[in-house]
Amino acid sequence: MSEARDSGAAIGRSVPRPRADRLLAGQGRFTDDISLPRMVHAAFLRSPHPHARIRSIDVAAAAQAPGVVRVVTGAEIAAQCKPYAGLHQLFSGMRVPDQVPMAVDVARWQGEPVAVVVAVSRAQAEDAVELIAVDWEPLASVVDPRAGAAPDAPVIHAALGTNVAYDGTVAHGDIDATLTAAAIIVEGDFTFGRHTGVCLETRSILADYRASDETLTVYESHQCPAQQQDIFARLLGLADNKVRVVCPDVGGAFGIKQQLYGDELAVCILSRLLRRPVKFVADRLESFTSDIHAREHRVKARLAVSADGRLLGLDVDDWFGIGAYSQYPRSSIGEGSHVLRITGAAYDLAAYRARMRMVLQNKNMVGHYRSVGHPIAIAVAETLIDDAARKLGIDPVEIRRRNYIAEAGYPHASHGGFVFEQLSLHACLDKIVALMDLPRLRREQDESRRKGVYLGIGLASFVELTGTGPDYYGKGEVRVSAQDGCMVKLEPSGKIRCFSSVTDQGQGVDTAIGQIVADMVGVPFDDVAVFSGDTEVSPYGGGAWASRGASMGGEAAVRAGRALRENILAVAGCVLQARPDELAIEQGAVVNAGDRRIRMTLAEVARIGYFRQDLLPAGMQPELSVVRHYVPHGRTFVATNGIQGSLVEVDPDTGFIRLLRHFVVHDGGTMINPMLVEEQIRGGVVQGLGAALYEEINYGTDGELTTGTMADYLVPMAFEMPDIDIGHVSVPLSGSELGAKGVGEAGTAGASAAVINAVNDALAPFDAHLTQLPMSPERVLRALRKIA
Amino acid sequence: MDEMRHVTLTVNGEPVSRPVPVRLSLVDFLRGDLGLTGTHVGCEHGVCGACTVRLDGRIVRGCLMLAVQADGAAVETIEGVSDSGEINGLQDEFRNRNALQCGFCTPGILLTANELIRQGRVLTREDVREHLSGNVCRCTGYQAIVDAVMAAASRGSTP
Repeated sequence: MSEARDSGAAIGRSVPRPRADRLLAGQGRFTDDISLPRMVHAAFLRSPHPHARIRSIDVAAAAQAPGVVRVVTGAEIAAQCKPYAGLHQLFSGMRVPDQVPMAVDVARWQGEPVAVVVAVSRAQAEDAVELIAVDWEPLASVVDPRAGAAPDAPVIHAALGTNVAYDGTVAHGDIDATLTAAAIIVEGDFTFGRHTGVCLETRSILADYRASDETLTVYESHQCPAQQQDIFARLLGLADNKVRVVCPDVGGAFGIKQQLYGDELAVCILSRLLRRPVKFVADRLESFTSDIHAREHRVKARLAVSADGRLLGLDVDDWFGIGAYSQYPRSSIGEGSHVLRITGAAYDLAAYRARMRMVLQNKNMVGHYRSVGHPIAIAVAETLIDDAARKLGIDPVEIRRRNYIAEAGYPHASHGGFVFEQLSLHACLDKIVALMDLPRLRREQDESRRKGVYLGIGLASFVELTGTGPDYYGKGEVRVSAQDGCMVKLEPSGKIRCFSSVTDQGQGVDTAIGQIVADMVGVPFDDVAVFSGDTEVSPYGGGAWASRGASMGGEAAVRAGRALRENILAVAGCVLQARPDELAIEQGAVVNAGDRRIRMTLAEVARIGYFRQDLLPAGMQPELSVVRHYVPHGRTFVATNGIQGSLVEVDPDTGFIRLLRHFVVHDGGTMINPMLVEEQIRGGVVQGLGAALYEEINYGTDGELTTGTMADYLVPMAFEMPDIDIGHVSVPLSGSELGAKGVGEAGTAGASAAVINAVNDALAPFDAHLTQLPMSPERVLRALRKIA
Repeated sequence: MDEMRHVTLTVNGEPVSRPVPVRLSLVDFLRGDLGLTGTHVGCEHGVCGACTVRLDGRIVRGCLMLAVQADGAAVETIEGVSDSGEINGLQDEFRNRNALQCGFCTPGILLTANELIRQGRVLTREDVREHLSGNVCRCTGYQAIVDAVMAAASRGSTP
């Protein structure tokens, strides 16, 4: 790569994000900030019942209410589009129901849209929603996944004949014999509460169908504009070259905004029905009831260990509740699949067996939230390893070091069926021991304990799958593109305009793309302007998911930037009568490759290329815009790794847990912008800390949501959060130009596991132990047997 | 249903006088009627702080006030304090430390942090964390925000 890069000024530097300026000035442009002429507003009537038959819907009073333009039921909406199903064909035997945008005849989760009012103002639409009369016949509901799999359980989708959407096992070696022969077996019964992303900007969409030429323009708070363009065109029967999806500034996404939502598809249909723009912005209650949920798992696991602390085998049994449907287009299986395949992935296990049952329930849909499935898999394995260490009197650092995949063992065929080319588990462990100054922390812990203060220290190693390649969704016949693209154009001024298909919801990937393009072309970073999120002008690509912006979009940017550089030098070579290999580009000017003397500016190249082609030889066609794409071949995922450490104080009288410090050592490969990498990790950690201590979507025993406000569902606030120290081990990704791996989800992957281990370490003197998240004060006191 | 009442106030120093529905929240009035979309709506029940604006010199939640309650008041929004240069130093520190990601909470956080800095006290990190504990940021994890506010406070960048 070195010969292709004339000036390495930008890559590796912590440049601030250009996008930050408008956001800091209050000039961000989020979807709800956009208004169009003749725009009207939609408000949904949602099912108050977890499971109920709709006997009839009377919209007469609502239709007469002030400001109302139209009232439409789910059946009328369903007639306007094709059904869809969140199926993934890599998982044989998976059975999922067809979906339509809104409930027809039966509502299957509390919050499912049933009817919709379109009115001149949102307030009037909401007023009219209250006037819709539905005659409901409540039905028995399925809440717990295991109960849902029982033979006598009510079947949610009669066409499937069962609530079990998938039942699969991954096996390696002889786990039964290993469990029989092991010196000790540690067991755990883990319960993980439901989460959701709580994007501060709620889901928002503004659909504008123009009947005169059959074009649909959709402004949507979303991560994957090209995917949405494809979906809207196919399901609505529109020409996709007349469907434009624009994702303007997006106020947080975290995986919550990468799916198709029925209410958002309904808004597109309403715009076509009414021939005018229709806007819908979810309120916070709607967000809790209908945003993708995650992490409802009950996992029983057994770890077989030898007397000298060798991990021999792991047996995992996961019950995974996904709500009433499988999310589209990715399917809801991702979390369960990761639990099946990456539990204990950092360790060399001779025997492994995991079974996962994915069960439909009368709850909101579960899908992909930051670090899909990893927090579950990592918490299970890391908790058991600490339990084994405690039982055997081995230090938690030592038991990990003894059992990691051997450094000489790469490439490693994992027990879950992946190939890990190169991980840096040992180096990360060594680094975090130093970063935390673990010997000193252990001494402090001992001294505090004597004073009745209970500190706990927890570690959690993790392997994380990022940068999904075409072997996962492609082979699964899921229309999610593993490819990304980058367009670069020389402007007449000599500056560069760049359009990337990866999108930015705050991660800073557009800044990283700009840094890459700057270095590849040979211009200062400030001379590159990067845009994204508009299918009208973007090259095709998957958007933002699976921590792949830098590792996939970045590789496309390398190729596009390099191609533009070559094309610029071809024009310059004609003008300067030099061979292109005698020239280079540095700081926005064409220079001699040898003595680096400036020969002409890029502005001069652009002037000739755009306005004075008469100066060029006949037949010379200046190509000063180029598009390049990148798709990773030969990898299902890009595996990254790291380790996290947590220091907590637990008050055994109140059950309160204070997070004192948190530490991360991560291997994200080559860092394009270290500041943005670290801030991605910190933000991810804090979502994992929320998972550990506060966040839980609760449903009552019949399936009614009981966490409908931000006062019920607690997200981390500034006062409760610790400072987070970060270290890096950077093993570049082989076979890539940049060497960058994923970082966006790493923080979330291991944070909650580190905290569980820290809490259990603090509570060890009391012989108390937690295996349920979040670790509320009540659950801590219950573990301490202070309350029943 | 939509009973109206006339309100007269100043918004970012400019006079505003017009009828508003009595049930309209201050934040919806600022965003919808006046086009001041820098103030955001995050939860509509006073928990997240995204709708924070300044009213007669004090920060308030735009979602917990009605527009009619602002009759006679001086309201300042992110657009106002940004254009006046009042929070330039804070904005610089936020940019340089990447103390914002999606930017949706940022206007509310800037107004809240600016109020703390205007008190002119010597601040600890705990002071900053406590003062910001009514503003949700779902992206950053807060540490860079605390760093930025500390830095802005120590350079006395805002009056």
